Amino acid sequence: MAKILDQPRYKCALAAMQTVQSIPGAIPILHSGPGCGQKLNDNSGVSGKFSPNIFPCTSVSEKEIVFGGEGKLRDTIANAIKIIDADLFVVLSGCTAEIIGDDIGSVVEEFAEADKAVIFANTPGFKGTNYLGHEWVLSSIFKQYLPAEKPETQKGLVNIFAGPPIQDPFWLGNLRQLEALAASIGLVPNTIFGHGRGVPNVDKIPAAQFNLLVSPWLGLTSVKILEEKYGTPYLHYPVLPIGAFETSKFLRAVGKFAGVDTAITERVVAEKEAEFYYYIERYSDFFLEMRIMSKRFVVLSEAQYALGITKFLVNDLGMFPTTQYITDNPPEEYHTLIFEEFRKLNYGIEAEAELFTTGIEVQEKIRNTDFGGFPLVLGSSWDREVAMQTGGIFVNISYPVVERMIINSGIVGYDGGLKFLEDIYTVAAGRLIL
Amino acid sequence: MAFNLKSAAVQTRESRLGSITGYEGDLYDLVEQSRCGSLRNCERCFSQSSMCLSICALGQLGGIRDVAILYHAPSGCCATAAGAKVMYRQIGAVIGKEYRSNMVGTDIDESDTVFGALDTVHDIARTVVETYHPSALFIASSCVTGVIGEDIDSLAEELKEEIDIPVMSVHCEGFKSRVWASGFDISDHAVLQGIVKPPKEKRQVINFKNFFESARPEITRLFAEFGVTPQFLYVNSTVEELSHISESLATVCICGTLGTYLGNALEELYGVPYIRTVNPLGVTGYETWLREIGRVIGKSEEVEVYITRERAIYISQIEEVAKELKGLRAVIGMGPGYTYEVARVLAELGIDVVWAAAWHYDYKYDNGDVPPALEHLRNTTPNNIKLSVADQQNYEVMNILAEYKPDLYFSRHPGSTVWAIKQGVTAVYVADEYMIFGYKGTLSFAKTVLDTVRNRSFAENLAAHTQVPYTDWWYKQNHSDMLKPNPAEVR
Repeated sequence: MAKILDQPRYKCALAAMQTVQSIPGAIPILHSGPGCGQKLNDNSGVSGKFSPNIFPCTSVSEKEIVFGGEGKLRDTIANAIKIIDADLFVVLSGCTAEIIGDDIGSVVEEFAEADKAVIFANTPGFKGTNYLGHEWVLSSIFKQYLPAEKPETQKGLVNIFAGPPIQDPFWLGNLRQLEALAASIGLVPNTIFGHGRGVPNVDKIPAAQFNLLVSPWLGLTSVKILEEKYGTPYLHYPVLPIGAFETSKFLRAVGKFAGVDTAITERVVAEKEAEFYYYIERYSDFFLEMRIMSKRFVVLSEAQYALGITKFLVNDLGMFPTTQYITDNPPEEYHTLIFEEFRKLNYGIEAEAELFTTGIEVQEKIRNTDFGGFPLVLGSSWDREVAMQTGGIFVNISYPVVERMIINSGIVGYDGGLKFLEDIYTVAAGRLIL
Repeated sequence: MAFNLKSAAVQTRESRLGSITGYEGDLYDLVEQSRCGSLRNCERCFSQSSMCLSICALGQLGGIRDVAILYHAPSGCCATAAGAKVMYRQIGAVIGKEYRSNMVGTDIDESDTVFGALDTVHDIARTVVETYHPSALFIASSCVTGVIGEDIDSLAEELKEEIDIPVMSVHCEGFKSRVWASGFDISDHAVLQGIVKPPKEKRQVINFKNFFESARPEITRLFAEFGVTPQFLYVNSTVEELSHISESLATVCICGTLGTYLGNALEELYGVPYIRTVNPLGVTGYETWLREIGRVIGKSEEVEVYITRERAIYISQIEEVAKELKGLRAVIGMGPGYTYEVARVLAELGIDVVWAAAWHYDYKYDNGDVPPALEHLRNTTPNNIKLSVADQQNYEVMNILAEYKPDLYFSRHPGSTVWAIKQGVTAVYVADEYMIFGYKGTLSFAKTVLDTVRNRSFAENLAAHTQVPYTDWWYKQNHSDMLKPNPAEVR
């Protein structure tokens, strides 16, 4: 059913072109209108070896809508393989291609013997958000690109999946931090996104000892495909670990699942926590004596940050949650799991969480919330205004991110937690005058 | 041509202006073929993602400070909303005005594509009006709503009965035209239909159509010397201000591609003269444009005084920098509103344009003439220039760059600059529409070009550490190999 979308915090499924784009060696072929790629190309860091300027596109026009676009798609794929220097071509369908009933699967099948791999995912914009699109693209890669046979399992090799590339502004930095955390307890991380990873790492996926999904809900369907296809077990860890408290918990859970010697995990945890608190100690005056920020905060974001940041600020920093707003429309089957996690905080604190409805409604609620002073508001570019209206400290941590640049920093782990504190208290330091 | 504001949708540029998106040849040939009407479009058997006309249409309307756009579309079509909100808020802040327009989507899902959703859209429209109190409401269509046949015209008519602000339907289905500049015309059509009122009195105002009005203070001072005030369109304008643009002395535009529909329509419908010279970029462009404005508003003497005074300040400085640029070889890849203008300016600066690519070509503007910048270039270029109409097809442009190996590439569209650099060609992004405006802009532009060629570090470093996106095979082909002549599609 159509509904009011007054402050878009997600895009359509076709925007999962950014998931493809983030796998070096892979490129999407858009069977869509000429400008879908350009429109969906936001958040920063969206160029690279390929960008929408390079993405092959059938540029569906009136002619294809009347006569069908399969011929144009066939030509586009055939020429793309010749012209574009890529190893994996992922055909993605847009709204019009789907409505007119083009069978992209059968066109792609004609390229089964091509020099380069060509696969497809149906991603019409009306069918779902780019969060779902991300899942569909991963599922297509796992089903269509990866071989049917399971190679020999490589002990300690762990495939790690977390936030959707580019939509999640810290996707890359977080993934690198998660790799480092896995490596710190002796595992061999394998990720497919960003520099130095890419298609060769996709090829390694079937050999993993297990899959690690760090996400409240997104990605579960695709790791289950790997379980079915290769029998690879997975650890679904719903809380993005930020800061010492949650990261130590995370390391212990991963270590236990992977069969890592407890002594190793405990030694790493002890070392990392000591270092983390060395920094916290030096800067604790900042945290204790900030005059213009109350103890209360609100996060408006996809579930992973709403949950992960709530845990960090409550369990590490001793702050207090108000109602948190979840913007990525988790499917209903995951609601219990997600809302339960918000209730597992230190001192029996339970955070309220709600699904984001409209900007009009939610921002009105925030204006009427008792923050006991000036709140910390963590959200998207859309939330700057309500932050200003409440006298809040505002940090842009979720899509859309219009007014800041994030290159490779992440907020996961011990170091990520510290970096996140830098973000918050940099804003606060610039606002000392009331 | 006759402007019919009663028609719900404006014709595309292909059918209205004979616009094409595929051509390879040269300046002399293009002008000759335009004059004798023999120009034919070439389609491509391979294309890369380019642009959607709705970005142009809704980007323009969204610049108005006090409206609402209800975009009946899937979520992805509204992806530009956040960037636009921030940008227009910032542009408003420059002149101390609050930007309070909103774009709201309808988040169409699969069942809507089967059953339609107009009743819900009607409710959403009411909510939008009650929440934001806009001064006008635009209801925009998308590819999906166009294909499934949602009747937004009837919806707009119904809403007009219920709410006391102008309500316009905006037909901006992305599949409609290969020429995304058609979107500019679509926005103009909506403004003319629902907001602009017939004139009651003449006002000492010149309509100034532009994109982001960075030269607003400068132009305001300039026009004050001639006793007139600029009304900038559409960024930072209000519905009330727009209702009076039929009362202005003249309309000017920073870009011929942007202004043709509004400028010609205001002239034809309300007798507001449209200044159709080359654009005020570079010395010749600026002076030609100023003199025509002076003639139209009866201020020629004042204009000459201004030109003499400013020339004394700037011309020798420009010449000084131009000495250092002489002999550089350049390729241009821009929209047609800029390609031929920038080609003229580069010639003024002594830079040799070895290839000029324009993304589309308007065979004529809405007054039936060949675009003036092209005509002017034809008449002032002794040695012809190789040209292509390249539909922002980066692979064609990179092939051209590989063949011609120029010293510089001039780009103007987001995301299009870096590719030249990866191939070892330093690039200048002609970002702002006023980057080469007037004497002062020409001077600073010349300095930017000089700075760019004097320090190629960034370009060289990036080229050394990145790969080009195309295969060796492609670089061995002719850049126009993917164009297929299509005799059936004469204009």
